[in-house]
Amino acid sequence: MNRFAELLDRLAFEPSRNGKLRLMTDYFSRRGDPERGMALAALTGSLVFAHAKPGLIRALIEERVDPALFRLSYDYVGDLSETVALLWPRAAQAPAEAGEQGFAPTLAEIVERLSRAGKRDLPGLLAGWLDALDETGRWALLKLITGSLRVGVSARLAKTAAAALGAREPDEIEEVWHGLSPPYPDLFAWLEGRGPRPQTQDPAPFRAPMLAHPVEAGDLDGLSPADFSAEWKWDGIRVQAIRAEQGGRAIARLYSRAGEDISAGFPDLVASLLSMSGARFALDGELLVVRAGAVQSFGALQQRLNRKSVSARLIAEHPAHVRAYDLLAEDEADLRERPFCERRARLEALIARLDAPALDLSPAIAFAGWDDIARLRLEPDHARDAAAIEGVMLKRLDSPYVPGRPKGLWWKWKRDPHVVDAVLMYAQRGHGKRSSYYSDFTFGVWRDGAAGAELTPVGKAYFGFTDAELRALDRYVRDNTVERFGPVRVVGAGAGRGLVLEIAFEGLNRSTRHKSGVAMRFPRIARIRWDKPASEADRLATLEAMLPQV
Amino acid sequence: MRAEDLLIPAAEGLYCPPGDFFIDPLRPAARAVVTHGHSDHARAGHGAVLATRPTLDIMAIRYGAGFAGATQAAAPGAVTRIGEVEVSLHPAGHVRGSAQVLMQWRGFRAVVSGDYKRAADPTCAPFEPLRCDLFVSEATFGLPVFRHPPALREVEKLVASAALFAERAHLVGAYPLGKAQRVMALLREAGWDRPIYLHGAMERLTEYYRADGVELGDVRKATGADRAALAGAIVICPPSAMQEAWARRFPDPVACFASGWMRVRARARQRGVELPLVISDHADWDELCATIVETGCSQLWITHGEEDALAHWATTRGLAARPLRLVGYGEEDAGDGAAQESAA
Repeated sequence: MNRFAELLDRLAFEPSRNGKLRLMTDYFSRRGDPERGMALAALTGSLVFAHAKPGLIRALIEERVDPALFRLSYDYVGDLSETVALLWPRAAQAPAEAGEQGFAPTLAEIVERLSRAGKRDLPGLLAGWLDALDETGRWALLKLITGSLRVGVSARLAKTAAAALGAREPDEIEEVWHGLSPPYPDLFAWLEGRGPRPQTQDPAPFRAPMLAHPVEAGDLDGLSPADFSAEWKWDGIRVQAIRAEQGGRAIARLYSRAGEDISAGFPDLVASLLSMSGARFALDGELLVVRAGAVQSFGALQQRLNRKSVSARLIAEHPAHVRAYDLLAEDEADLRERPFCERRARLEALIARLDAPALDLSPAIAFAGWDDIARLRLEPDHARDAAAIEGVMLKRLDSPYVPGRPKGLWWKWKRDPHVVDAVLMYAQRGHGKRSSYYSDFTFGVWRDGAAGAELTPVGKAYFGFTDAELRALDRYVRDNTVERFGPVRVVGAGAGRGLVLEIAFEGLNRSTRHKSGVAMRFPRIARIRWDKPASEADRLATLEAMLPQV
Repeated sequence: MRAEDLLIPAAEGLYCPPGDFFIDPLRPAARAVVTHGHSDHARAGHGAVLATRPTLDIMAIRYGAGFAGATQAAAPGAVTRIGEVEVSLHPAGHVRGSAQVLMQWRGFRAVVSGDYKRAADPTCAPFEPLRCDLFVSEATFGLPVFRHPPALREVEKLVASAALFAERAHLVGAYPLGKAQRVMALLREAGWDRPIYLHGAMERLTEYYRADGVELGDVRKATGADRAALAGAIVICPPSAMQEAWARRFPDPVACFASGWMRVRARARQRGVELPLVISDHADWDELCATIVETGCSQLWITHGEEDALAHWATTRGLAARPLRLVGYGEEDAGDGAAQESAA
């Protein structure tokens, strides 16, 4: 565990992607099985054991430290595992002095015992390990056991580091990944040239998605519109919908863009896919909520996301739908090497043949030149669903389906964000990367109140600023606090004082949950207006004018 | 009598009515007692300043000889009468010259700690525990997550890293007054006998430490040094310089930062620190608690820092605790003061 903890610790502080890859590849090459396989599983989020709930960890620390002091510490550090690792009282025998190697558990031992442990064994087991490990070890163990490593390493990056053991491409691992399980002895044997390529057993595997580059000024100059196909960029979540058959049994699966199997949350879609008798395909599309033929807001879709189970009522009120972009495989054929125009033709034929209510085609946009696209991206002529359109996608007609974000094949051109000047009202300490600083900011705009102009909160933002700006904002909050409610600081704001934040956001909706009556989509701090007096910030009427007309 | 008759927290700093003076005033005051030379505590433009000899020297280096109308150097423990109050300065162990202020008035004893630490520091006199009725403490690291490891062990990490990455320069961000010189002295203690390179902003203060008798070995200017010589070198600079063009002259530098904040990962990551060194000139949680108990005080006031946890702890010990939430102190360990420093 200590070596793995050391790796996590260094990864957490290593800023560069290449540096992280070097650290992981070095670890995989030095450590043997099963330790390195368990590490790969941990880094890719593939370990299966009942995660310890934060409540259990709180209970353990509150038996040892004054709960009020724990709460204040947690508020400051912003990360439960780190707080507990730092607060955990030194064992009577300090591990470093007692010869740590002697009884500190290995990662493989921990994973093995966790997989066998019952719920009642967990607190004792965990406390024993926490006593035996040093600070870094405790931090790593708690991260692992709560299922949130967050060391700036994606599953993809960890697989890339493993692939580098055998000078393989990460996609080669991706292809066999779903048939493997920790600690992956066959995978390492193959990567090190000691064994054959592992056979994938999965009839409905995830395929790494192809992503688009944002269009920047000048990107389209010199490109011929005739080489491209255009379609709307829908405001849902990107998914893969797969129907396969194995041994006469139909399999339907829905994957998120990151390869997470989200089928369980969408029984309506799964049932629809299963009913398409005889069809075998893997398609790429957008998951939306479509009610009576009309695409609903992203807020409606959010009701369906991240749920373990869904009620019949939720399904009836928020019916899930897939709008298809691309066809990756059909019957026996892997189509990803084929040009987009060919895949698109087969996709159109397939969708027509299936004729399923929960599945339709993302329509192609007719256009003559880039000017048409520039106009349509701002004012989509798709009358019914214009509000669900984020912008325009451009795809080269001859583009193969290349996992990752290849240069020059696909482009996304979003609508420009809206901007408003608001005043900082409340601040709270952040979590994760921003923890220990005041970094969650609630901002407001002016409206007429009973006693003249008053600020009304319209949103919250926790990113958009640089690290140096974050430190300046943190200091501003601490120096201008006028009141505190628990962890929330009220920042002095009024006609004569206050800090103006330029807020960029993607869209605006009416909201009954917010006092101001409006809710922003994806708000972030575009600029800090140290120069602007608070009294010159925008008014609520400005925002209300931006609301979609009903 | 009440503590508030002797001391009042005001926007300008702590004010003592029976002596008519401020302690570490943030704005120009007629009469000031200054605990130590960090720029958030020692400001220019006061009418009269009482401080230790090193603190006055440091203020003169920073602000020029005429930084105050009149100055008076107080020897450690020597009593000066100001108005009705007997004032004496006692070592605080924070940086060279740093002092606690003991005030005695009508049988009541109040101590203002200034910034302090209890850990050993070869560059300044150790903290002297004083008995008092009212203890006014800092709380920069007033949370139980802050337990500073032995500073020498942290410096040994630095030495080990410099040996491992012999082709890279190690850039250590450290506050120019106190921390920088302490890191240099610790490096010598850890057996580092090669030259230590310095950013221009800390030359004068380092020269002062050496002239005042602190042994720091072979210390050289980083500016103008041969690039080849800087491979594997240890370079001390203000934290702000690490992100500036100045840092680009070094071969593939490893960003190190010597600060108590480095114990919290987010703080280190925020600054792009690759080698965090938990070295602090402030008391950690255990030292704060032990010191408060040691003073035997019945009332605790907390000037600045993470005051809520310390106030809570003091209350559970039966002390009357009051967070003062003074604004304007505590900038030096956040590293933000460094820019002013290099300008001074």
